[in-house]
Amino acid sequence: MNLIAPVLLQILELALALVLAPLLTGWVNQCRAWLQNRSAPPLLQPYRQFAKLFEKEVVLAHNASSLFRAAPYIIFACMALASMIVPTLSTDLPFGPAADAIALVGIFALARVFIALAGMDVGTAFGSLGARREMLIGFLAEPALLMVFFTASLISQSTSLSTIVETFASREFAIYPSLAFAGVAFTMVSLAENARIPVDNPTTHLELTMIHEAMILEYSGRHLAFIEWAAELKLYVYSCLGLALFFPWGVPQGADLSNLPLALASLLPKLAIGGALLALIETLSAKMRIFRAPEFLGTAFMLAVLGMLVHLLLETGK
Amino acid sequence: MSGLSANLSELLSIDWILLLIGTWLLIGLAGLTVLRDVTAVARLLYPLGALVGMALAVCAFNALGAPAEIAVLPLGLPDLPFHLRLDALSALFLMLLGGTAAGISIFSAGYLRKGEGSAAGLQCLQYHLFLASMALVLLADDAYAFMVAWELMALSSFFLVTSDHRNPEIRSAGYLYLLIAHIGAIAILLCFGVLQGAGGLAASNGVADYTFDHMRAIRHDTFWASAAFGLAVLGFGAKAGLLPLHVWLPEAHPAAPSPVSAMMSGVMLKTAIYGVLRVSFDLLHHPLWWWGVGLLALGLVTALFGAIFSAVQSDMKRLLAYSSIENIGLLFVGIGLTLTFQAFGMTALAALALTAVLYHCLNHAVFKSLLFLCTGAVLHATRERRLGKLGGLIHPMPWVAWLALLGVLSSAGLPPFNGFVSEWLLLQAFLFTPGLPHGYINMLIPVAAAAVTLTAALAGYVMVKFFGIVFLGQPREETISRQAKDAGWLERTGLVWLAALCVLLGLFPVFVIEHLDFVTRTLLGTGVYAASGNVAGSHGWLLLAPISADRASYEPLLFLLMISAIVVATAAFVHRFWHGRMRRGAAWNCGFPIQTPRMQDTAEGFSQPLRQIFEPFYRLTRELPTSFDKAPRYSVVVRDHFWYLIYLPLAHLANLVSRGISVIQQGRIAIYLLYSLITLVVLLFLVRG
Amino acid sequence: MSHYYGQIINLLAAVMLLLSFAMLGQRRILSLINLFMLQGAVLCTSTVTVALVTGQSHLYWSALLTLLLKVLLLPWLLHRLIRRLNVKWDVETLINIPTTMLIGIVLVVFSFNMALPISQLAGTVSRSTLGIAMAVVMLSFLMMITRSKAVPQVIGFLSMENGLFFAATSATYGMPMVVELGIALDVLIGMVILGVFFFQIRERFDSLDIRHLEKLKDD
Repeated sequence: MNLIAPVLLQILELALALVLAPLLTGWVNQCRAWLQNRSAPPLLQPYRQFAKLFEKEVVLAHNASSLFRAAPYIIFACMALASMIVPTLSTDLPFGPAADAIALVGIFALARVFIALAGMDVGTAFGSLGARREMLIGFLAEPALLMVFFTASLISQSTSLSTIVETFASREFAIYPSLAFAGVAFTMVSLAENARIPVDNPTTHLELTMIHEAMILEYSGRHLAFIEWAAELKLYVYSCLGLALFFPWGVPQGADLSNLPLALASLLPKLAIGGALLALIETLSAKMRIFRAPEFLGTAFMLAVLGMLVHLLLETGK
Repeated sequence: MSGLSANLSELLSIDWILLLIGTWLLIGLAGLTVLRDVTAVARLLYPLGALVGMALAVCAFNALGAPAEIAVLPLGLPDLPFHLRLDALSALFLMLLGGTAAGISIFSAGYLRKGEGSAAGLQCLQYHLFLASMALVLLADDAYAFMVAWELMALSSFFLVTSDHRNPEIRSAGYLYLLIAHIGAIAILLCFGVLQGAGGLAASNGVADYTFDHMRAIRHDTFWASAAFGLAVLGFGAKAGLLPLHVWLPEAHPAAPSPVSAMMSGVMLKTAIYGVLRVSFDLLHHPLWWWGVGLLALGLVTALFGAIFSAVQSDMKRLLAYSSIENIGLLFVGIGLTLTFQAFGMTALAALALTAVLYHCLNHAVFKSLLFLCTGAVLHATRERRLGKLGGLIHPMPWVAWLALLGVLSSAGLPPFNGFVSEWLLLQAFLFTPGLPHGYINMLIPVAAAAVTLTAALAGYVMVKFFGIVFLGQPREETISRQAKDAGWLERTGLVWLAALCVLLGLFPVFVIEHLDFVTRTLLGTGVYAASGNVAGSHGWLLLAPISADRASYEPLLFLLMISAIVVATAAFVHRFWHGRMRRGAAWNCGFPIQTPRMQDTAEGFSQPLRQIFEPFYRLTRELPTSFDKAPRYSVVVRDHFWYLIYLPLAHLANLVSRGISVIQQGRIAIYLLYSLITLVVLLFLVRG
Repeated sequence: MSHYYGQIINLLAAVMLLLSFAMLGQRRILSLINLFMLQGAVLCTSTVTVALVTGQSHLYWSALLTLLLKVLLLPWLLHRLIRRLNVKWDVETLINIPTTMLIGIVLVVFSFNMALPISQLAGTVSRSTLGIAMAVVMLSFLMMITRSKAVPQVIGFLSMENGLFFAATSATYGMPMVVELGIALDVLIGMVILGVFFFQIRERFDSLDIRHLEKLKDD
């Protein structure tokens, strides 16, 4: 009996991620439209998009290789695995020990490498442009994310995400300045990694300003559906990660199905507020020039390192 | 104690290994008899050498858990025979040598061609001599045997590097390599001298004994111990490619034939690491904390330098050479961390850091050799080393491309392959550094961890550039890729062997670490699993949790299974419920009608953002076209500051001094006879008293 | 409740450090002045908190002084100055911003380590923030060194004074009132004189780039 509950919770977490991720993106699009005083697309539009794309036929370039055809599935699998590791419904997940925070960063890196290679595969100018820019963003964002995890690990004495969430949730309310720094750095990194303004515009149609979109120009049909779903899953995973690190109250500890309604009741409002905040940030900022992006991410990196130093000074050895 | 007795059942592992080394030498000598016959050398001798390599790896594996064995060979000088010793550290590196050599030898069997450089039989001799000398370096138990084997290794590799000696660039690369190798050898010799003689002649009972046993027994005071450590770092660092003695690496590796580059990068650099480990942990017992911090800083600078420079190269093999410099830097960071922990008495953490170092040695040997051999296959297929002329090779060369992809993913440190495991272990060790009891370093070392993550991310960028420009996209020169053919079956076997090692090292880390524990126990006194109270394998063979399962854990096999399962499940689901239809057409390219292969990114173009960010670190010369050029040209050349700031001035100085001294050489016989007369008069004057 | 006061002071100290770093990496002069105003506000809040915890009433007066001077008067003066001098453009730095930030981190580590033994001696509730205060002083110094226009240099000077004041409150519960008034007066006079200098420099060289001042050297 005590094996069924964790496995069920794990499967439920994966299913919830797959279903909620497009909804989250739809919600962010709606909030952005409201803030910009225009009429919004329907909330369920991303689902309709998938249905349309799955129906369509795939058109491949003549020289697209088997790497190009396999990449969408691999990227989707990476993001699905990531969603199974981040604790949202419970901290006692069977896949929790399979990967810790450092391995989670590795999963994101794996997905990024594959999408960059897929962008370079067909050999167009835009694909390699996008790949180059994506690797630049990734090269700076990955260390910043790792430093945020370092700060969290130094506080909770562990790199396992379950343990981090349990430690943060069970501590009495305390203001950690180092987590404040880490939080700002994490927000900047997630804006960059999810291709949001101010780093990249997800709705642009000007090729020279694209980063993420440029790499997937040659994809169509079900391949494109999987890549878009993976991008939406990535946003969902980053949001859940931010909630788990900085607002972990409400995540039940231990696998108990009776805690499920509480978990859902705390997760959904938090995600909704997070989505609205993201829309607010996107509306208030302007997209930066691509050559300012390294400075932006360098600042995030410095903030994360600073957070670690502040923790070592203020929160230990008094 | 055993000699070369005839009774086979009495032979110890060390005797078997000596026999195998002798077999290598025989194979090399046999190559002389069939000097120009490429087929005989390639089909017979090299595969035999590969078999010997495998046997060596198996013997060394058996010797890992066994106690140390010694042998004394009656070679050498009358009073200084060769002492040899096989302990856990030597066994690990012999395993590395044997396993990698097996793959590289099989590849060379398919790679050898007529007319490339010196005669095939001669190359066979040099190659097997190289292998044998490296094995002897790993076994040597006294300074004399070590130096003889070290010099033999340097000389044989010099001849291998200058195989294509008709090319003047290759000759000068070989010259530079030999020069720096000898500077290093002098430092190592001095180091052994200090280790042996620091106790004074009285301590060794009036006998000059250069064995390592003798050096182990002496307790050195701080000054001499630090001097020995510094000399060891200088000497072994010159061979490993540590800053600032790294300048030979980017010249020698591209100049050598690809199997030789693979052997040098994969195995020879590791013998230098073996040397540093042997001196710091075995011969010098009590490390000081500032040795560790200094080595960590030096390794960090080397790693960043290697990563930054590898990003801007436009030659395949130079890119991989600089990437080797980066990995060597990371290895030295790990060794520095181990020394620091050991100096503060935190032995369990030192074991963790040392495990990360040893694991990374194994990983780097395997994936770097794989990558170099793939570039060799590409070079043979296209005769082109410059990235700007390649592209789209995944279509004519699928085997090489997919195996290179495995190597690239391992090199970038991505799960679930082997590069990720050693990086994970190193970062876990770094997470413990705020507990160090020293004020400044417990804050500075976490910042060093940030720099390590930056280096790892940069390595990912470089590997994407390497794979994407060589194998993906459209061919930048149509003629080149049209005549490219995939690797032959012998070459494929070698590549598959190395790729399989990459995958196995990545999927079964617990098994590897249990065996690495033999080495850490020998050097530090405790291993990762023994120290933390876990009986070896108490978490099972699946879960890697070196400290405790609550603290950090990683299950690579489960990881790989889940990703594969999701891929298969989604593909099946979509094909079943919708459709799997697909057709081919022209590339979309946003509707732009004209598209040529020259519109893709070049190698310089792909690395342009990094060139802009790290501009102060390079010495850039750029040639920009103006608006009025009829035939506009753009070229950018990146050079190394160290060459212009250190080496060229030193060379000028050496020239000046030698020109000054050459004043003595007047050329007239009367003056030379005068010199002899003066010397005779002075000596008579001195002796008379 | 006092347990929370300690954490609030720590948080405000961290925010001050964040603001110093933000000023170091800022390009636009307008935002620099706003950040300086924010820093003054944070300083004022932390002084009030220390006053609440320890009950030293003279700290309330110094908080009021800080509010009037640093949050209201000086930023208004600076805004007027840059409007009349017409210097709203981007700030150039002598070394590029990522390198400046790196040097900043090294300085922060250095000040943290230097402050550790001193803060063991002090007996105040906020002694662990001494390291941050020193770091703020160092970072403002760095900002003064690496800027090439005159106005950011002045802001660096003022922010250094902020850091010193913060150090004083965290280690010794503020300085005697006379000293504080004296310092405040000095700062105000300094601003007036510097304002006059700006106009002179601008008239001589037609720009506020301080590198032009090197031309005054006797060759």
